[in-house]
Amino acid sequence: MLAFLNIDWQTLADAVALGSIYALMAVGIGLVFGVLRLVNFAYGQLVMAGAFALAMASEWGWPVWASIALCFAVVLVLSLLMDRLVFRPLRGHSPAVMLVATFAVAFLMQSVALLWFGPLGKIATSLAYLNRPWTISTVDIRKITIVSVVVAVLCLLLLHLLLERTEIGLHMRASSMDFETARMLGVRANRVIAVAVLLSGALAAVVAVMLTVQNPLVTPDFALRDTIVVLAGVVVGGMNRPVPATLGGFSIGFASGLLGGALPTNQSQYLDSFIFAAVIIVLLVRPNGLFTTAKTVERV
Amino acid sequence: MKRFADLQVLAGPAVLVVVAALLGTTVSVSTQGYFTDALVKVAIVVALYVFVGNSGVLSFGHISFVAVGAWTAGVLSVPASEKPAIMPNLAHFLRDRTTGNLSSLALAALVGGVCALIVALPLMRLSGLAAGIATFAVLEITHNLLRYEEKIGPGLNTFSSVPETTGLRQAALGALFVVVVAFAYSRSRFGRLLRATREDDAAARAVGASVYRQRLIAFTISGALCGLAGGLYVHLLPLNTETVYLDLTFITLAMLVVGGATSLWGAVVGALAVSAIDSGLAVAENGTSFLGWHIDLPAGTRVIVVGALMATVLILRPSGLTGGREVKLWPR
Repeated sequence: MLAFLNIDWQTLADAVALGSIYALMAVGIGLVFGVLRLVNFAYGQLVMAGAFALAMASEWGWPVWASIALCFAVVLVLSLLMDRLVFRPLRGHSPAVMLVATFAVAFLMQSVALLWFGPLGKIATSLAYLNRPWTISTVDIRKITIVSVVVAVLCLLLLHLLLERTEIGLHMRASSMDFETARMLGVRANRVIAVAVLLSGALAAVVAVMLTVQNPLVTPDFALRDTIVVLAGVVVGGMNRPVPATLGGFSIGFASGLLGGALPTNQSQYLDSFIFAAVIIVLLVRPNGLFTTAKTVERV
Repeated sequence: MKRFADLQVLAGPAVLVVVAALLGTTVSVSTQGYFTDALVKVAIVVALYVFVGNSGVLSFGHISFVAVGAWTAGVLSVPASEKPAIMPNLAHFLRDRTTGNLSSLALAALVGGVCALIVALPLMRLSGLAAGIATFAVLEITHNLLRYEEKIGPGLNTFSSVPETTGLRQAALGALFVVVVAFAYSRSRFGRLLRATREDDAAARAVGASVYRQRLIAFTISGALCGLAGGLYVHLLPLNTETVYLDLTFITLAMLVVGGATSLWGAVVGALAVSAIDSGLAVAENGTSFLGWHIDLPAGTRVIVVGALMATVLILRPSGLTGGREVKLWPR
């Protein structure tokens, strides 16, 4: 079916997996944006920190469960620190100032990693067996591809249940619609923000686990490019609501995975140009988001 | 008296640039490089101010025009005999032409301005986050094309053999030129209209200002100045695509915001203050003595300290060191 585009099943499966991972990152960025109106450019550095935790754990020979626990612990502690030291003092400032501040945090964390681990990085090997293929009726698909999709779907389902079925979820949805009004009606701001930041951190840890399986070499700029692409995807999808943001993240991951496999080798180096040209075109046609209906205006 | 108050706004930043240049003449040749670099950064940040400061719209794409300017000036001023060695796949019309220092700078500004105009024609319809991400996309595309398109430059290689004509004098003159153009623009009818749209979109529209047209004009001028700054940069040190990418975008934006994005004074103060700290730490990383203390910081502390400092300034003083106001030497 897709033979004319030069796409095989492996490429298609990888594109879906990349899309799922990007969807999780998109939700992580979108959750914080929802309650704080803050675009966290340093999100990729949380993923990077989690990836280094995994790499160090596998260097020390820790079992898999312990290294994943370490990854979660590191990312969650860093998320809370980021909230306490940077996001909280910045609350209520202009979006431009907040964005440049998270830019500064991102570069700060990246240079700490550079100083600590060196430019060559470390290798995370404890989950490497997931990179081996499963054969499903003559088609070879890497285990991590399937694991990524399943984990992403599970995470999104759990998150959906949390947002729709619990009291804190209701508070979060109310805050992302209108924070001031929600506060007046008794929503506790610090609690909602802390939960959003923690959830976003937990998603970053999940993403760190899956990205290190796909790409075991962890360097200080790990996940930096992914964050830029996901940010573009989130804005293309529609920043204000979780579902459009998720779809935006998924679409851009899926599109870059598919295009990366479909482009002939002499053009594949221009993948970024194609993706970002598409981003610009979509933004020009639908500046409020590809998957949104309501009109909202945000000033940066 | 009004004229005089106006001139202060130009004199403040200009005097600062001249003082930085004069200080640069008093130090050793190796330290002088830091001053030259700081002056080129002033040119880039002031160029950025012309759009970001006056319009209030954040742009992540301006380093594209610095890169394009650097590529233009670089390709045109590498000696013809050296071109096949550095850039074997260069297009014919670029391979056979070589220009002098000044004309390469002028062409860098021209190409930067034209590129900015082409980008701005569709992009200035956007606002808010969409505009921010779209300008980021422009940076990514430029970086990607310059990295792999070997017909128009060295591709992945470093731009070596460009005559290093940007000394302290050329950098200072370039920065002064950019400051004067930025001043003239912000005092002009266009600059005032654009600032009106920044302060109150609806009121500015009501008096007949076209947000789209004003942003277009500012973006083009700012792109041309960025191109010129890129030309200055490539004549200063051997660049590659990574020099004019994310790190430079970050540091110049941070300089602008730390200084105070809404004033020319803020742009110059921010660029010089951050450069001073950055270079001071770079010297300390190499090991130095300061007032009898021997200082030797591990490599990499520089970026950490600068990053932390910027985050701190943004948190404690979000409108920047100057509060985003122009300089007042003699308050009335």
